[in-house]
Formats: sequence, structure tokens, C-alpha cells
Amino acid sequence: MIQQLAIFSENKPGRLERIAGALSAAGINIRAVHVASLGEMGVVKVVVSRPDEAYEALGEFGAVRKVPVLAVRVPDRPGALHQVTATLSKAGINIENASGFAISGSEAILILEVSDVGAAERALTEAEFKTLDEGEFEEAVG
Amino acid sequence: MPSRSFYEEVEAVSCNTIRALQLDRLRWTVAQAARSPHYRKVFAQRGLGPEAIRSLEHLRRLPFTEKQDLRDNYPFGLLAVPKDRVVRLHHSSGTTGMATAVLHSKKDIEEWADLVARCLYMAGLRPGDVFQNMMTYGLFTGGLGLHYGAERLGAFVIPMGAGNSRRQIEFMRIFQAAAIHIIPSYALALLATCEEMGVDPKRDLSLRFAVAGAEPYTEGARQRLQDAWGIPFYNCYGLSEMCGPGVAFECPEQNGLHLWEDFVLAEIIDPDTGELLEDGKEGELVLTSLTREAMPLIRYRTRDLTSFLPGECPCGRTHRRLSRFTGRTDDMFIIKGVNIFPQQIERVLMSVPEVGTNYVIVLDREGLVERLTVRVELVPEAFKGDLAQLRSVQDRITHALREETLVTPRVELVEPGGIPRREGKAVRVLDERDKGM
Repeated sequence: MIQQLAIFSENKPGRLERIAGALSAAGINIRAVHVASLGEMGVVKVVVSRPDEAYEALGEFGAVRKVPVLAVRVPDRPGALHQVTATLSKAGINIENASGFAISGSEAILILEVSDVGAAERALTEAEFKTLDEGEFEEAVG
Repeated sequence: MPSRSFYEEVEAVSCNTIRALQLDRLRWTVAQAARSPHYRKVFAQRGLGPEAIRSLEHLRRLPFTEKQDLRDNYPFGLLAVPKDRVVRLHHSSGTTGMATAVLHSKKDIEEWADLVARCLYMAGLRPGDVFQNMMTYGLFTGGLGLHYGAERLGAFVIPMGAGNSRRQIEFMRIFQAAAIHIIPSYALALLATCEEMGVDPKRDLSLRFAVAGAEPYTEGARQRLQDAWGIPFYNCYGLSEMCGPGVAFECPEQNGLHLWEDFVLAEIIDPDTGELLEDGKEGELVLTSLTREAMPLIRYRTRDLTSFLPGECPCGRTHRRLSRFTGRTDDMFIIKGVNIFPQQIERVLMSVPEVGTNYVIVLDREGLVERLTVRVELVPEAFKGDLAQLRSVQDRITHALREETLVTPRVELVEPGGIPRREGKAVRVLDERDKGM
């Protein structure tokens, strides 16, 4: 399980720039970024190298939340996402948000926001998937 | 009916006659008001009664009545007749703590109708003329007020209400409406409908005049409307506390609104000190009802800023004229014809835990349509990290604001710190509507 930061923002020019600027000023590296917007509102989600420091740096933006998410390391080949999601749905777990990226020619990382992080982690570990903690995630993304 | 200049003789009687009439009616009003729980208490506290009023100057001995007194005494604290003599309720928007109720007896309704008939006759309406009333009916006084007055005059009244633009134009054509009662911004929007329908208001309709009500508009906007429609737009002033529309009205000179001084006793005061101002100076209009029996009001502070115009009016009416209203002493605003106080919006926001009360109300236009937007900061701790929750907060606020104000607002959730702070009094309302309106 790793920490993702969710930042509330109006969907307007300059907002994402401000957030990125604050992180950059604090020397924080962004490992993954995802923006969702709905009309005039948006939520920027970032996975960063030092989440606690980043949380402090973003504090002036007001509405920031630490959201625990699963980082699952999977082989980068057809069927990987299918197997992970099949495991979770069999355990009755809903995926609220998902994103993913390849980290090398042979591996990829899935970042999953789920309804029950603990249960999801157990289900995935039992099915022999590798869920990463902060340190392992940093190492995996290089 | 024989043609005559005035609907009622009293419109042109001498000032002395008016003042004598006012004194009689003021004494009667004070006695009548003393029958209500609120004024009974207020008069007792100060040892006042009708015998204290021996000249019009003695009006100053009586205390002011404020909007808050109506709220505090909601709903029957100002009622001066038995409840079974009340035949009508009119009511503001707003819920607990912010609402005002105005009660009318049969006689009050009839006198109000006569007052409006007088105004419409002055504007040129005659029995048999078709009058299309395009103002919202219901608890607001604009619809029923003009309806009863036009009917009383013997006009052929079409109770259209607002909306259904194509039908409005169709009816004007089919029934050959001579006059309409309408909100200025709607009159502007209807010009587009006319164009879509290929109707030239000046050539294809039979209108002789319009009555503009429910919201203020500039002289420039009035000119635009008059040029486009080809008819005069007469300004009408009223407030539900005194009855509704009809308290003051323009004559064909269109230079000031004649305030009916047999119906209300007017003062213009300095809003900060309460001191009476001399004629010609601008200040807050204070009105004392002179004939209302169910809910008489003594020295009611209207919060409207105006002044008396000096001199006589060529139309021959001797009731003094009020200048165009220049603003308010409080922060009430009007949008789509509806009165709203920022406090109403603030109370709704206070009831939503996810937002604070750092907010700003923005009034602007999308094309011709007025728009109300409430921008409010999210409470940081309330953010759960997902959009669905934000959307649900936004919907909840929208719904609650609509219930409170009767206007559907846009609600924009803003990051904490996103509403600029200012030194001193917070700017609650940014009115960015076209200055031409």
C-alpha cells in the first residue's frame, strides 16, 4: 500500500501549474499524476517520492487528502490487468479509480483505489500478486 | 364612461387638502396599529397613542419599523384585525428567520385594486382595453396586484404569468393587447422571440404602453426598450409591506413617479442618523400606511434610496414625485425579479458542513439571461479525495439555495483560500450584469 495525494482544485487555467510548482519548490518528484474533472471542479492525484513532505508542501492549497492506494507490480503482457481485476471482483471489491504505466519492457505498475484496501491487499497477495509498499514502489519505478 | 383626466379627484386636490386627509388617516392608523401585538407593546413602552398625534410633525414621535420587526413578529405579530378577517396572504421568499408575511383584509384588497386602477388609468388604460399581465402570479404581489387593478378598471385581463415566450407574442397578436406588465429584462429577451417569429412589435402588435416592474433598470435600458417596442415603459414602484405595486407610478410625463399621498405618508431620512431630510435631498424612503387595516405599518424603513422632485408636474397631479431609485441601504439584490438577501444564502451555506462561509455571490448574464452564481470555499477537512463526493456537496447546496431563494443558482466549489479576502467589510455580491440594464 502506498500513499496517493488527492488535491481539490477548480478546473481553471493555472491550477495544475500551481500544484506542480509547489511540489517542485519542495524538491518533490512526481512518480504518477492523474487529473479528473467534472465541470468546474477537479481532483489532481499524484504519487510522489516523499508523500509526507509533499502533503506539507501542498498544505497551503487547503484541500489535500492522503488516500491509501494499492500499487501492484504485474508482468507487462496481455492478460495482466484482467487477472488482477478478476481477483478483486471475485473478492467482491470495487475499484474506484485505476491507472497504470509500464516501468520497463517486461513490467508494469497498476495503481488502484479500492473500496477496501486491506481486503484487496489480502486477496491479491493470496493470488500471488505483488503489492508494493513505499520503499518497494520507489525501487520499482527507479 | 365619460372621459376624464383623473381616475379619482383626489389625484389633483390641493396640498392642504392632502395634508388634512393625511393627518386624519394617520391618527386612524395609529389607533388601528395599536390593535396589533407588536405596536401595542411598542406604544405602551413609550406611552404613545393616537392622542399624541395632533399634527403631521408628531409622526416623528413614533418609532421606525424595520424589516427585522416583520421577521421577528412573523407571522401574525403585526395583525390588527381578527384573523378571520384576513382574506389574503402575500409572502417573501426565505424560510425560518428570513420570511415576511403580509396580510390583507377585504377592504385592503379593494383599496389596493383601486390604487392600481388609478395608476393604470393614468398610463392610459381604459375599460375594454386588453391588458396582458406577464408577471408571476402567486405569493409575490406583482401578478395579482396588477391583475386586480386592471380588472377593477374594467380592462380585459389576460393572466399570462411569465414564460412561454412564443405564446406571449401570439396572445398579444390574437387578442390585440393594448398594454403589458412585464419585467424589463424579460421585455428585452422577448425582442429576440419577436425576431424569430418574424413579428415587428411596432407594426404587428397593438400595444400602447408597458408597465415595468419587479426590478430596477437604468434610463438607458428603458430607452432601448421604448425604441425597440415603440411604446412608453412606465415605471411602477411598490413594496409588499404597503400592499404591492402601485404605491408610486409614472404619469405620461415620465419624469418621476407620483407617490400616492392619500395612501402613504412619506419621509426621506438620512439612513445613518434617522434625521428627516429636506425636500430634494436623497435619502431613505420611509412610509407610513394611511388606509391599511389588517397590517398597518408605521414609519416603515424601505431601504430604498430616492428623493422628492421639486415643483409641479404638468400632468396636474399634486401628489409629489419620487426620483428614479438609486439604490438600497442594505445589500438586498434582485435577480430575475426576485428579491434576495445575501444573509439568506449565508444561512444555507452555514447549514452545509463541507463548506465554510467564505463565499461570494456573482451576478452576471449569459447572453440576455441573468445568472446567479455562488462561489464558496470548501472546508479542507471535508475533502474525501473524490469527485463524486464533491458533486454531491455541490448538488446539495444548489438544491438548498433553490428552496430558500426560489432562484436556481450555479454553485462553484472553490479551494480553501480561493475567495480573495479584503480588508474591512467582506464584499458579498459582485454585480457584473451589463450596466445597460
